[in-house]
Amino acid sequence: METNFAASLSLIAPEIVLSLSGLLLLLIAAWGGDKGARVISIASAIALGAAFALTAPAVCAGASGPDTMAFGGQFRADAFAGLAKLMIFAAAGAALVVSPRFFERAGAMRAEFPVLVLFATLGMSIMVSASDLITLYIGLELNSLSAYVLAAILRDDERSAEAGLKYFVLGGLASGILLFGMSLTYGFAGTTNFGGIAVAVSDGLSTGQLFGLTFVLAGLAFKISAAPFHMWTPDVYEGAPTPVTMFFASAPKVAAIALLARVALEAFGTQAIAWQQIVIFAALLSIVIGALGAIGQQNVKRLLAYSSINNVGFILIGLAAGTVAGASAMMVYLAIYVVMTIGSFVAVLLMRDADGNQVEGISDLAGLSTTRPALAWALMALMFSLAGIPPLFGFWGKFVVFQAAVEADLVALAAIGIAASVIGAFYYIKIVKVMFFDEPAGTVTGEGDTPHWALLLICGVLISPLGYLLTGWLGNLADMAAASLAVAF
Amino acid sequence: MGGFPILSVMLLVPLVGAIVCLFLDAKPARMVALLATLIDLALGILLWANYDIGGAQWQFTERANLFAGFEYALGIDGIALMLIMLSVFLMPICIGASWEAITKRVGEYMAAFLIMEVLMIGVFAAQDLFLFYIFFEAGLIPMYLIIGIWGGQNRIYAAYKFFLYTLLGSVLMLIAMLWMVNEAGTTSIPVLMEYDFAPEAQTWLWLAFFASFAVKMPMWPVHTWLPDAHVQAPTAGSVILAGVLLKLGGYGFIRFSLPMFPDASAEFGWLVWGLSMVAVVLTSLIALVQADMKKLIAYSSVAHMAIVTVGLFAFNVQGLEGAMMVMLGHGLVSGALFLCVGVIYDRLRTREISRYGGLSINMPAYAVLFMLFTMAAVGLPGTSNFVGEFLALAGIYQANSWVAFVCTTGIILGAAYMLYLYRRICFGEQKNADAAAMPDLSLREYLLLGPIAAAVLWMGVYPESFLAPMRADIEILDTRLAAAAPEGDAHLAIGEGAPAEEEHAEGEAH
Repeated sequence: METNFAASLSLIAPEIVLSLSGLLLLLIAAWGGDKGARVISIASAIALGAAFALTAPAVCAGASGPDTMAFGGQFRADAFAGLAKLMIFAAAGAALVVSPRFFERAGAMRAEFPVLVLFATLGMSIMVSASDLITLYIGLELNSLSAYVLAAILRDDERSAEAGLKYFVLGGLASGILLFGMSLTYGFAGTTNFGGIAVAVSDGLSTGQLFGLTFVLAGLAFKISAAPFHMWTPDVYEGAPTPVTMFFASAPKVAAIALLARVALEAFGTQAIAWQQIVIFAALLSIVIGALGAIGQQNVKRLLAYSSINNVGFILIGLAAGTVAGASAMMVYLAIYVVMTIGSFVAVLLMRDADGNQVEGISDLAGLSTTRPALAWALMALMFSLAGIPPLFGFWGKFVVFQAAVEADLVALAAIGIAASVIGAFYYIKIVKVMFFDEPAGTVTGEGDTPHWALLLICGVLISPLGYLLTGWLGNLADMAAASLAVAF
Repeated sequence: MGGFPILSVMLLVPLVGAIVCLFLDAKPARMVALLATLIDLALGILLWANYDIGGAQWQFTERANLFAGFEYALGIDGIALMLIMLSVFLMPICIGASWEAITKRVGEYMAAFLIMEVLMIGVFAAQDLFLFYIFFEAGLIPMYLIIGIWGGQNRIYAAYKFFLYTLLGSVLMLIAMLWMVNEAGTTSIPVLMEYDFAPEAQTWLWLAFFASFAVKMPMWPVHTWLPDAHVQAPTAGSVILAGVLLKLGGYGFIRFSLPMFPDASAEFGWLVWGLSMVAVVLTSLIALVQADMKKLIAYSSVAHMAIVTVGLFAFNVQGLEGAMMVMLGHGLVSGALFLCVGVIYDRLRTREISRYGGLSINMPAYAVLFMLFTMAAVGLPGTSNFVGEFLALAGIYQANSWVAFVCTTGIILGAAYMLYLYRRICFGEQKNADAAAMPDLSLREYLLLGPIAAAVLWMGVYPESFLAPMRADIEILDTRLAAAAPEGDAHLAIGEGAPAEEEHAEGEAH
């Protein structure tokens, strides 16, 4: 595992770019105040772009093997981590694009916002590359601490403060559970390195290791808001400012799921039976709770929160398959999920009344198809896509995940999961019903901003049937990423 | 046809039309929609004219490697050809039927119909399992919008019911498809039609496909979405629903369930027969007591579709041919009946049967055409449905005479409810002054009903034109099923018929 230091540094080039620019911009923000917020936003977006460009070659080349190890096996810059990072950087970039307009309208554009996004992104970037429990925890906490502040960034807004506090308390609890699990794992495996754990558990799990694994999974389930650890999600999503919610629903999900996959497949890959049942349980429960919980919701953001719980369930089905195809399907689903999530929240951002204030009620959407046809059609496409109805691209995510499950002989899981997705379809088509069948409420009349429309257009094109033209390319990247996981499937 | 990708063009024309319609006002949108559907009709006629009867099983094939996991593969056999013809024939009529009745959001309405046309042609032409699924399932979206936006009073309930029922039916089929592809290692429908799955696997696969097709068909007891959807949909929506969408179920059975799972089909024959027998008798009786014209015709559709399913599961050539003919005939006749309802609904804005009466006095031309379609629905010789029903029942008689007996009562009951409907609407006293003052058919309505009437008579008098393209495909299917076919109880001794060369030279040539 001896890797030379310079090589290690070159492997973490994207992280170096992010941390240096984050620190620099933080200083500028401290001295320059909120006047420079917009410039700092742009600079942060450029930093993200640079990190994206530095990561992309490894993903396209399908980097894998010992050459991707940095710092004696604590950090891995393989194609799997790379693909997850690309999604994370893109999602963070989207959050930076939409937020200045939003916060300027609220009169609360702060220079630290883009900096916090950068640090959160850095944390996630470390999470997905972690191949050691300690690296994992550093990344996770760097992300979480930034996220708690982001949730509460509208200081004068009670809901935002409440969201921040709730997120902090429950997130702290989750971190505690995770740490407890990690300590048990370390105690009974004798190492914090994933490779070392894989060797230690290869002959079967001892009771202590099993407990460790269970607690680690529970802690991570909190972070991805999988049922039964999903309770914080609707409140935080509703309370946090919409661009922040968009960020929470996209990037950290990718990071935590990629991390979960790495822990499950690399560290405990030989003991798949032990975690498979936990993952299957969480997957089915998330699908059902995400679907049932959404039915009574009146607020679009809460509804999207339940929708994200529902989607996590489908992603976990890919993980439950425990195969290369499953991991690949998971990555494809994540990529499509990120696009759909960003699109949905941008659509929420475009919901403004005549005075330019945000509206979030589902009833405010009534008759949107006659008052704002472009927004209504885009939102309809997003809803059908989230429901997984072909020919929209959301179907493809479900398709590959269930294909992986069927190939792994989990036909019953696939059948139950897909049948439960019909419950989810109910509330997605309810939104369409409100927009298209109901009499206009005339609430959503305000003009949207150009960057928002541009982002919505990009997401709309990606989830349209044109998205299927990307299936080959996306599948290829995801296959290489999954194959780069250090595990003998 | 050389290298001309006619099927892709048939998909592309309405698609482009739909996108254009979205951005147009009412008047130009109507024109664009009519033009697009007429071009597709012309292309359809070209397709039929160039279809080489007795040639390759799959014609006009196209293949492109655009996607991962599945292929863009199109191609048709005779069965698909006939159903595509039915779709492109009914489509301009649907646009015409909505010409004046739809006044709000016309562009979106026309776009939804054109998208429906794309998807229906896609379903019948797809040669890849997953491409088929995408087309099959995507139809939910435009149909949901058509029922929900332009439907009647209880439209939202009907739209939900339609969407969720059919979605639940088809997702299980998707899992079965994934399993099949994993097992057989190909997504090509023609290859899968010849692949022999293990008999015990067939059982589960068959049930999963059955869940989907039975809902689409619809078979009793999962038919309850149909009357709601029909009653609430606008006239053209009902025509498409009855004319083509219901055929997706039958097409599914004949393309997937029967050739891919012959053993399971034989094993579950009793189930299909049982459900069909119940459907024929029960829904006919329900139709008899309806006070709403559209509901009555909707229930009669369920009964007719039950004749299709017994024909399909008769496991012989007559049954299969009969089932196909009933599908085509019913597509025309039920479409025409919904149009007839639409004609008087547009005038009086009610579907209550009791609000009409004696229309043959003030609307004689309407009464004549309605009579023709009523007789066709009853299955009078000389009309399209007679051919199909006779063949289907003859087919099932060879398999099980009791099923044939029960299903034949459906014909009698069919005559009862249709003639009763006709008597209440067209004959008797003119007790309602407003109904008595309704004007007779307009030119537009003649243009809608006339072509269907001609087609109904053509199919009844010379069915060979429609049977000929399908004959070879049905024979292949029959051979495939022969090993699994259950032994019939009729023990027919089929003698040598009179030599047919002279009279049927054209048919025998193929």
